[in-house]
Amino acid sequence: MEWLIQILNSVQYGLLLFLVASGLTLIFGIMGVINLAHGSFYMIGAYLAFTLSSLTGSLWLAIPLGIVVSAALGLVLEWALISRLYRRDHLYQVLLTFGLILVFEELRSIIVGDDVHSVAIPAALAASLPLTDTLSYPVYRLFISAVCLALAALMYVTIQKTRFGMMIRAAASNPEMATSLGLDIRWIHALVFAAGVALAAFAGMIAAPVSSVFPGMGSQVLIVCFVIVVIGGIGSLKGALIAALLIGFADTFGKVLFPDYASIAVYLLMAVVLLFRPLGLFGRA
Amino acid sequence: MKRSLLPWLIVAAILLLLFPAVAEKFYLQLVTKIMILSIFALSLDLLVGYTGLVSLGHAAYFGIAAYTYALVSPAADPANVWLTLPLALAASAAAALLVGALVLRTSGVYFIMVTLAFAQMAYYFFHDTRIAGGSDGIYVNTRPDALLPGVDLANDLHFYYFVLAALAIVFALLAIILRSPFGRALQGIKANEHRMRALGFATLRYKLAAFVLAGTIAGLAGYLAAAKEGYVNPEMMAWHQSGTVLMMLILGGMGTLLGAVLGAFSYVLLQEWFSALTKHWQLLMGMFIVAAVLLLPQGLIGLHQLRMKPRLPRAEDERD
Repeated sequence: MEWLIQILNSVQYGLLLFLVASGLTLIFGIMGVINLAHGSFYMIGAYLAFTLSSLTGSLWLAIPLGIVVSAALGLVLEWALISRLYRRDHLYQVLLTFGLILVFEELRSIIVGDDVHSVAIPAALAASLPLTDTLSYPVYRLFISAVCLALAALMYVTIQKTRFGMMIRAAASNPEMATSLGLDIRWIHALVFAAGVALAAFAGMIAAPVSSVFPGMGSQVLIVCFVIVVIGGIGSLKGALIAALLIGFADTFGKVLFPDYASIAVYLLMAVVLLFRPLGLFGRA
Repeated sequence: MKRSLLPWLIVAAILLLLFPAVAEKFYLQLVTKIMILSIFALSLDLLVGYTGLVSLGHAAYFGIAAYTYALVSPAADPANVWLTLPLALAASAAAALLVGALVLRTSGVYFIMVTLAFAQMAYYFFHDTRIAGGSDGIYVNTRPDALLPGVDLANDLHFYYFVLAALAIVFALLAIILRSPFGRALQGIKANEHRMRALGFATLRYKLAAFVLAGTIAGLAGYLAAAKEGYVNPEMMAWHQSGTVLMMLILGGMGTLLGAVLGAFSYVLLQEWFSALTKHWQLLMGMFIVAAVLLLPQGLIGLHQLRMKPRLPRAEDERD
């Protein structure tokens, strides 16, 4: 039964990482931008959940408000800065978004401070499912997994089955052709970027009650998401999902089996994948 | 272009030689730190500016040499430079060889992410395990001993000249290497790797050699930093450190050796100025970096080129 708990935890952590990594991989796949500030959006989401839920008194109100705020932030950033990077070398994308991390971290420190905060689990989901006489599993974690799975399905349907998804795929595979056929690429880019920001922030918001809210959370998640994107193959959502679950298992079981070396397990997994598939599991040259 | 920078190089060398005559202790230590970071930035310039490999994990090799020095130093006595320095450099070189062999299988944006990930692996290795003091790091109580007559590295002035000598050697070494057939091949790889391969160059070997050399020189900077501070901790190889040194390079102007040094100086002085203004200096630094990327694509060295440009006749001018 203890193993069942670890397996459920692995799946929950993996699915949560998928939400952040999917935005990162979409933004790269569609706009060709490597966005180091993506982890900051996760951090911003968690702090929005903390601030807004203390203001409104409910996480259920904080989440929709937070999504609106973060999507708006995404639109503004894309318009003001990111759109200037599309034709530039990756090096400059790395630097500009590195600068953004410093700005976001310091603004966070000025506005909310450097303390660790916790966010209460909403009362409706605060229960635990009894597994045996002594072990139980929190309902809220199952809720996270379910929401992430639903979002993954929604993303798949949007991209593969809808007209908007078709435009996104067209813009990703051949921007010039898509433009000459009358698509407004700038809008597609802005919307995809805003959606990526909102996804990362949403992941931060729903993770806040289980992971607590702390200053370094953004860069921690960012680097794990890089590993996921590298393992899965850049631009591939399917790859990101599978890699995120792999990382979830490697990290959770690493912590149980080799506590001192758990944070290295994730990178060893990446090294092994790189040895055999330099472009990731689902990457294309 | 190259010739026009030579006078600046001579001026810079003379200024650095004479600086201790007028400097207070604080500024002497500050410039020592900047020169160490210049060596670090030069090592990254070899990769980013000359070979076209954007590494976001270069701090790992800086940190590995620093840790090696701290771990092999005797508890109370000064370490022997000529014993500990080669060991530290060898450790960084070995790590760069191992990581390089893996990461050079990838390119472009994968390369950026993978170098970052491996540097984080080294960071967590020292951060989470008890091998070297975990997140607290380790102290090295005495500066190393160079065993040269009349030289005492515990003296800040002597240490300043020791670091300056190291910087001069690295600068000269890189200048020679970049003019050698090997250095030309690296620059060819940056310009067009496919063509170099078609010409019969085993480009992977060249890139790996550049990666190991850059890692070793970064190790020299890490060794000097650890010797100067008498303290190593995992933050030395944190990814902010890798990002910072990349920023120095861009600020100064990559692909020129003087640009790397200029970048280290301007970045640290800027940081000192910002942190004197406010404790939230990172906000100013972040905004500065964003602005620099948008407004200064060629770095500060580029301003020099800008000034030189009007002397050259341009195609449009001739048409008028």
